[in-house]
Amino acid sequence: MPLNTDYAGREYPPAGPFPVTRAEIAAFADAIGSTADAHRDAEVAQALGYADVVAPPTFAVRLAQQCESQLVQDPEAGIDFSRVVHGEEGFTHHRPIVAGDVLTGVLHVDRMREAGGHGMVTTRVELSGADGQPVTTVTSTIVVRGDS
Amino acid sequence: MAALTTDPAALRRTVTVDRARLVAYADASGDQNPIHQDAEFARSVGLQDVIAHGMWTMGAALDVVTAYVGGDPGRVLSCATKFTGMVVVPEGETVEVLVEGAVKKADEAAGTETLDITATCAGEKVLGRCQAVVRV
Repeated sequence: MPLNTDYAGREYPPAGPFPVTRAEIAAFADAIGSTADAHRDAEVAQALGYADVVAPPTFAVRLAQQCESQLVQDPEAGIDFSRVVHGEEGFTHHRPIVAGDVLTGVLHVDRMREAGGHGMVTTRVELSGADGQPVTTVTSTIVVRGDS
Repeated sequence: MAALTTDPAALRRTVTVDRARLVAYADASGDQNPIHQDAEFARSVGLQDVIAHGMWTMGAALDVVTAYVGGDPGRVLSCATKFTGMVVVPEGETVEVLVEGAVKKADEAAGTETLDITATCAGEKVLGRCQAVVRV
């Protein structure tokens, strides 16, 4: 089934809330082999000026992918997940994510098109805090391999 | 307040990954795609074997940048990459990925540096155009 390119430009209602815990941050830091104590030790993080332990630079993918599932798992969108390859990912931090944050994410479909027999889908998730202020922008491009 | 420091010696590290680490990353990230855990499934979709999550590789590579800025994750302002190769993780093996970073440019007015990062596994570059902007 081809991509439903009518989804380009779509914006979804806010997803979440996603409470960020110390345990989640520590588990993510351990899994990527992080050496930074600020991910695990609140006193270290506080000495650096943060309210609590700080998430690794790519931690927000955990939240963004929950937002992206609204598109990826929508049968009408035509994304065959078994043929998906991750093309690109980017994070812009407006402020660091810390334990205790309660974030929501708004999913935008920035690009959805067919090219050279493959599908290309670029999404953007705008994560914001309980105060409504921006926290992290997560962009992701997936390639849906065509039949060949 | 003390001046911000950087540690150029931190910009080279060999990171390792095995099947247990991929299960841990799947749980920590929520990405339970079976191509990262189940060899039979991976082969059924045309892969050679289980492969690491591209986002695992990116996360491991970015930790080198966090170390460069003194272990202060908040000084990593942005990062982005393309995924250009696969890290194949056979059962029972520990696979090495060499991560190297270099300062590409410094913006003194903004107080930032842009770093280029490479991640090499089995002689292949698995991240493309991987960059991070840090506060210095």
